[in-house]
Amino acid sequence: ILHPPCFSWCIRFCLSFKRVDSRTIYVGHRSCPANEAFIPPKFCDNRIVSSKYTVWNFLPKNLFEQFRRIANFYFLIIFLVQVIVDTPTSPVTSGLPLFFVITVTAIKQGYEDWLRHKADNEVNKYPVTVLEDGRRIRKESEKIKVGDVVEVEENETFPCDLILLQSSRDDDTCFVTTASLDGESNHKTHYTVPDTEKDLESLNATIECEQPQPDLYKFVGRMHIYKNNREPAVRSLGPENLLLKGATLKNTQKICGVAVYTGMETKMALNYQGKSQKRSAVEKSINAFLLVYLCILVSKALVCTTLKYVWQSKPGQDEPWYNEKTQREKDTNLYLKMFTDFLSFMVLFNFIIPVSMYVTVEMQKFLGSFFITWDKDFFDPEIKEGALVNTSDLNEELGQVEYIFTDKTGTLTQNNMEFIECCIDGFQYKYRDASSELDGFCVTDGPVNKLQQKEREELFLRALCLCHTVQVKEPTEQRVDGEVLQTSEALRGFIASSPDEVALVKGAMRYGFTFLGLESKTMKILNRNNDVEMYELLHVLNFDPVRRRMSVIVRAISGDTLLFCKGADSSIFPRVRQEEVERIRMHVERNATGYRTLCVAYKYLSAEEYAQADAGLREARLALQDREQKLMAVYNQVETGMSLIGATAVEDRLQEEAAETMEALQGAGMKVWVLTGDKMETAKSTCYACRLFQRNTELLELTVRTLEDGGRKREERLHELLLEYHKKAVQDAPPVKAAVTRSWSLTNQDYGFIIDGATLSMVLNSSNESNSSRYKNLFLQICQNCTAVLCCRMAPLQKAQIVKMVKNSKGCPITLSIGDGANDVSMILEAHVGIGIKGKEGRQAVRNSDYAIPKLKHLKKLLLAHGHLYYVRIAHLVQYFFYKNLCFILPQFLYQFFCGYSQQPLYDAAYLTMYNICFTSMPILAYSLLEQHICMEVLLDNATLYREIAKNAMLRWGPFLYWTLLGVFHGLLFFFGVRYLFSNPALQDNGQVFGNWSYGTIVFTVLVFTVTLKLALDTRHWTWINHFVIWGSLAFYVFFSFFWGGIIWPFLRQQRLYFVFANMLSSVSAWLVIILLILLSLLPEILLVVFRKPRGPHARQVEPKHTDTLTFPLCFTTFLPLFLDAVLHIFVVKRGWLLLFSIMYFSE
Amino acid sequence: MMASSYNAKEEDGHPSGASGHGGPGVVKSKKPDNTAFKQQRLPAWQPILTAGTVLPAFFVIGLIFIPIGIGLFVTSNNIKEFEIDYTGVDMDSPCYTCAKNSSWNNTTPCTCSVDFTLEQPFESNVFMYYGLSNFYQNHRRYVKSRDDSQLNGGRSALMEPSKECEPYRKTDGVPIAPCGAIANSLFNDTLELFHIDSNGSRNAVPLVKKGIAWWTDKHVKFRNPGGNNNLTLAFQGDFSKPVNWRKPVYELDPSDPENNGFINEDFIVWMRTAALPTFRKLYRIIQKKSSTTPTLPSGKYTLDITYNYPVLSFDGRKRMILSTISWMGGKNPFLGIAYITVGSICFFLGVVLLIIHYKYDTRNNSADIPN
Repeated sequence: ILHPPCFSWCIRFCLSFKRVDSRTIYVGHRSCPANEAFIPPKFCDNRIVSSKYTVWNFLPKNLFEQFRRIANFYFLIIFLVQVIVDTPTSPVTSGLPLFFVITVTAIKQGYEDWLRHKADNEVNKYPVTVLEDGRRIRKESEKIKVGDVVEVEENETFPCDLILLQSSRDDDTCFVTTASLDGESNHKTHYTVPDTEKDLESLNATIECEQPQPDLYKFVGRMHIYKNNREPAVRSLGPENLLLKGATLKNTQKICGVAVYTGMETKMALNYQGKSQKRSAVEKSINAFLLVYLCILVSKALVCTTLKYVWQSKPGQDEPWYNEKTQREKDTNLYLKMFTDFLSFMVLFNFIIPVSMYVTVEMQKFLGSFFITWDKDFFDPEIKEGALVNTSDLNEELGQVEYIFTDKTGTLTQNNMEFIECCIDGFQYKYRDASSELDGFCVTDGPVNKLQQKEREELFLRALCLCHTVQVKEPTEQRVDGEVLQTSEALRGFIASSPDEVALVKGAMRYGFTFLGLESKTMKILNRNNDVEMYELLHVLNFDPVRRRMSVIVRAISGDTLLFCKGADSSIFPRVRQEEVERIRMHVERNATGYRTLCVAYKYLSAEEYAQADAGLREARLALQDREQKLMAVYNQVETGMSLIGATAVEDRLQEEAAETMEALQGAGMKVWVLTGDKMETAKSTCYACRLFQRNTELLELTVRTLEDGGRKREERLHELLLEYHKKAVQDAPPVKAAVTRSWSLTNQDYGFIIDGATLSMVLNSSNESNSSRYKNLFLQICQNCTAVLCCRMAPLQKAQIVKMVKNSKGCPITLSIGDGANDVSMILEAHVGIGIKGKEGRQAVRNSDYAIPKLKHLKKLLLAHGHLYYVRIAHLVQYFFYKNLCFILPQFLYQFFCGYSQQPLYDAAYLTMYNICFTSMPILAYSLLEQHICMEVLLDNATLYREIAKNAMLRWGPFLYWTLLGVFHGLLFFFGVRYLFSNPALQDNGQVFGNWSYGTIVFTVLVFTVTLKLALDTRHWTWINHFVIWGSLAFYVFFSFFWGGIIWPFLRQQRLYFVFANMLSSVSAWLVIILLILLSLLPEILLVVFRKPRGPHARQVEPKHTDTLTFPLCFTTFLPLFLDAVLHIFVVKRGWLLLFSIMYFSE
Repeated sequence: MMASSYNAKEEDGHPSGASGHGGPGVVKSKKPDNTAFKQQRLPAWQPILTAGTVLPAFFVIGLIFIPIGIGLFVTSNNIKEFEIDYTGVDMDSPCYTCAKNSSWNNTTPCTCSVDFTLEQPFESNVFMYYGLSNFYQNHRRYVKSRDDSQLNGGRSALMEPSKECEPYRKTDGVPIAPCGAIANSLFNDTLELFHIDSNGSRNAVPLVKKGIAWWTDKHVKFRNPGGNNNLTLAFQGDFSKPVNWRKPVYELDPSDPENNGFINEDFIVWMRTAALPTFRKLYRIIQKKSSTTPTLPSGKYTLDITYNYPVLSFDGRKRMILSTISWMGGKNPFLGIAYITVGSICFFLGVVLLIIHYKYDTRNNSADIPN
């Protein structure tokens, strides 16, 4: 978390001093001849501040932040009112819980900030070596200034963003790893600025580069090197020259670099953004309920205040002779008194909004999430890791998911590539066991011309060996002399960011061409005859998702300059001779169902051609502005007129249990959308393999191909198709209700929808504004009626766009994104719940996710078991909390009618304070952590159970109304039961009478027991903890009451409860009324429980019978909440209609 | 998309400085413990309440509650209770003049007598209560207007009574003992009961004034300053009596030092504030004389009242109640009726459920077998 003042200071600083787009850095702070007036520019220092507080501002700032939470603020107000105004309860009753909550939170946040301080200090105080005037000076990292030349040794992390000037390696490269940041251990190569002098002391140069910007992969700059009054030499700088703060130097003894961005301006710091706070739907429900209760509270206080003044207006009531007011009270203004009375009532009833609920919910979420990390089913022996919980706020959201957006590669599939076959010049080669044949190369189709074919084969394999960015993993005991290490074939490891590059290189290796490594711009290949071939690597034309291909330009020993290019068929075919295409297209298309195919092409570059290309590339790389576009243009220009050699097919296996998982999720009523960047055919085959598309699924395709079918304008065709599909999937489909409520029978026609990136952008960004929203609507409606949707050829941003569109569609469905790669981060962040897979494509997805799991198959348990349980637990927790506080406060409210509206509390202050903290908090916490109303195996076996809690079923107004009515019923029962008992207060067998505190204590005892036993009735899973906590709470209540009433407390002014509890227990009538009231309150609950569907381990055998014999009471009880919901709906929503009908009826 | 697309996108942009979320999941790269708790597999009892298990419970509840209810109802009905309102609102009531004239300024006590007849004899101990109506002893301002440390004999609290006692805290700077509105409004009517013989002579019914307060209140919560000896010395001089009192606290019962000062039982009973505006408080106990004669035989009685306590100003009523007591306390039919009702409901529900159970649920009887 950035320190806002510093951050804003930086921004302001940059704005005020440097409005230009670039900054100039003087290497080593040496003025250069060209610039006579050397003004040392000012930049941020190299301090990283991620902490929020300092020792001095911790208290005010933390308190301010805490009281910004609406609930805390509310309780603070109540507390202040209690302090200022003469209120019935002492400030302690609400101050103590609030103090507790605030303190605990402050301690937690303080501890976290202390950790951050420690980490910051570790980074800021880390000693670094700076070269100043030829001397090596040790400095603290935070003292580095822009322009300092910093020396970093092996295994050290870079203290700021550096431009690499010098490396101890001969080939002017260095290796870095970001393992300490994201767990990736592969080494990335960075290059020194070409042609810088070996002697850094005499280097006189300036660097001109762009202002700090957060994009990690973009950097443009220029270095001017001044040499003895000669024209300054200009070198281009790119991301490959920039060493980012936080990365670690590897395999290189030491490097020197010049600091370009420091402190909060480093890319790392700029990139760090606090994750957007995701709030769960449950929290929204809580807030809605809170509002209702707030209304109840205010109206209660208003009613009481009004009645008080009505009552007082009768003569003799306000101030009888036995109860005179103090002088101060008499002097107070009437309206002020009314106001303070209102506040007093608010304070008296404020317990209806439970302060402890927030604490309990937080604790439940925090502690509950441990069960996910602890679950051994999520442990993957391969990566030796279990699940990871980054946010515990969303546990219950896992039980509410309606849409799942999944990535394909690495998520549905293993991203474990295996070279399956290749096709050279139209002949198919399938790999068989290499040892069986001499050259390991099997020709299936049989080449016509052996010799010529052999040549093509070798060219193809050379292309595979050269055209990539794979590195050879160097053994850990690295000898720095750069000698080629004789590692055995089996041990040779390759490192690449994408597994299919490795698969291709490995594939070539099996056919006899081994890539030995890249050394000082020379690629070495061991060919079939065990000769080492050397190629000079001239240029790498990097891959990008727009071009969808990459190329290398190499020069062979013979002097020939060659360009090898590999890429997707669609991007290669237009750039090669058409007659070659036909031979290979067939193979590519056949392989596309299930395999990932790449085409390989090459061309010879003549000297002139190369010179032209070289110049173009260099120029584009030097450009400070629009470098990307310029490079792209050059790339496109160079990659033309190639000839196609062949194509490769690489298989990506499905994840373990991918199909079962998908089937279960669909069975649970979730809609699965596959969002992939892969091509349609591959993605489609994966969908079939995952059983997302069934054999009888009718596919609705909306891709560039279908759009171009009609031969008309795309826009028109799009419109036409959308309408057609809409008619098919939405209008002709059976009404949604039938599909949602009960079993999803297979008799209905299933639809699958396929769309590609280009078409999607047409739908979303149609030229016509009115069309755009219309298309969007049509598209959404079609998709919502399809069982599975496949979006292929998606750019990362488009994935997020789709998630956002669904998220904001009607009904605000809960979305979940799951992915493993950097390209999924945007959709993971966008969805309600983001799940990262600890896959092979790095850790970015995991870091940005809310939950991370090792494998896709774990999603099933995470949602169906954990999510379901968490939702039920927290929903019950919330409802129970509101209920228990309603029946806690209602008697107190009713008591006002009998005590002259004087705000006399019914319960003693100790009971008021302890009720939520001690007597009733633990059982519900234990319940909300341990409850398994249906055991996990059953949940996993019957995915349909997930549908029962869909759409926030337990926190809708129906159930809320039910709980509220229950609370009202209980409250009325408690109060009036005891009220009628007290019509004769002589309740003891010695004729002595009970007073008001006995009254309150009896009510309170009934309350505590009823509320606890109500929870006991709801508990379906009694572990020893539940037993301990439930019976323990009740025992504690009894013990506490004895204890509290057993001693004259010296610090209390009034010994209100002295022996009240003991005396109460000595009265038989009190016992009888307590038992009666508890039983009577629980009677409806018991009735409900009886006819609820029996569940649990035994339910499995029983269930089928039950489903087909829905008995009358079963119907009645299960649908009671639904019925209430419906009634509410009718009264609130359909009232207009009712009115209309009644008018029509009466007018006739 | 081809997987080679992210070769550059490996570096992550998180500052190492930020330790991030302190949430769970710190434990990594370790296999989770296979304990029952962590795997949520604690052995658990999973109760299944079905009609089969609950139906007997309904019948049992019904069968237990109905007899209890009947017992309570009979007990309550057997309790004899006699109540007489002596406020003197009506012109013809004997205390009319007293009620008219009573005010705190009167120095001469007003007395009146109320005659009444007991139709039935009262067996065993009879308890004499005074009842007040429309008297808000549970008003907040009233309830808090006391100082328990003072009543416990605390020296410092005696000198400096609690602020809560206002406006009955001090008179002219001298602390009031006992302070507060409750003590100040101590019920000070004197009730005497006379039995009119068949020959017309008045026999005073002996009224015991001890044993009417809670034992713990009398012996622990309320204490005189400096012990019970020489109360006059302990209270005199430094303190003033509550404004409405006729006599100081040490003269509440001069005859018995164990019932004088703060530990006077009438005072203690009054200090236990009532729950509702209409209440009764124990005043005297009429001990049973012998097993053969009733404590209060049926016949004519006279209640002599020293009428000091004004209630008409707030439309209050005063009553005298004679009542016998059973194991459940005073007369109150509510409990008996409630028990009978609840018991019957349970029983009725049990029957209804049984019918439903057999009519609708015959096919899945197996489901209802409790495990």
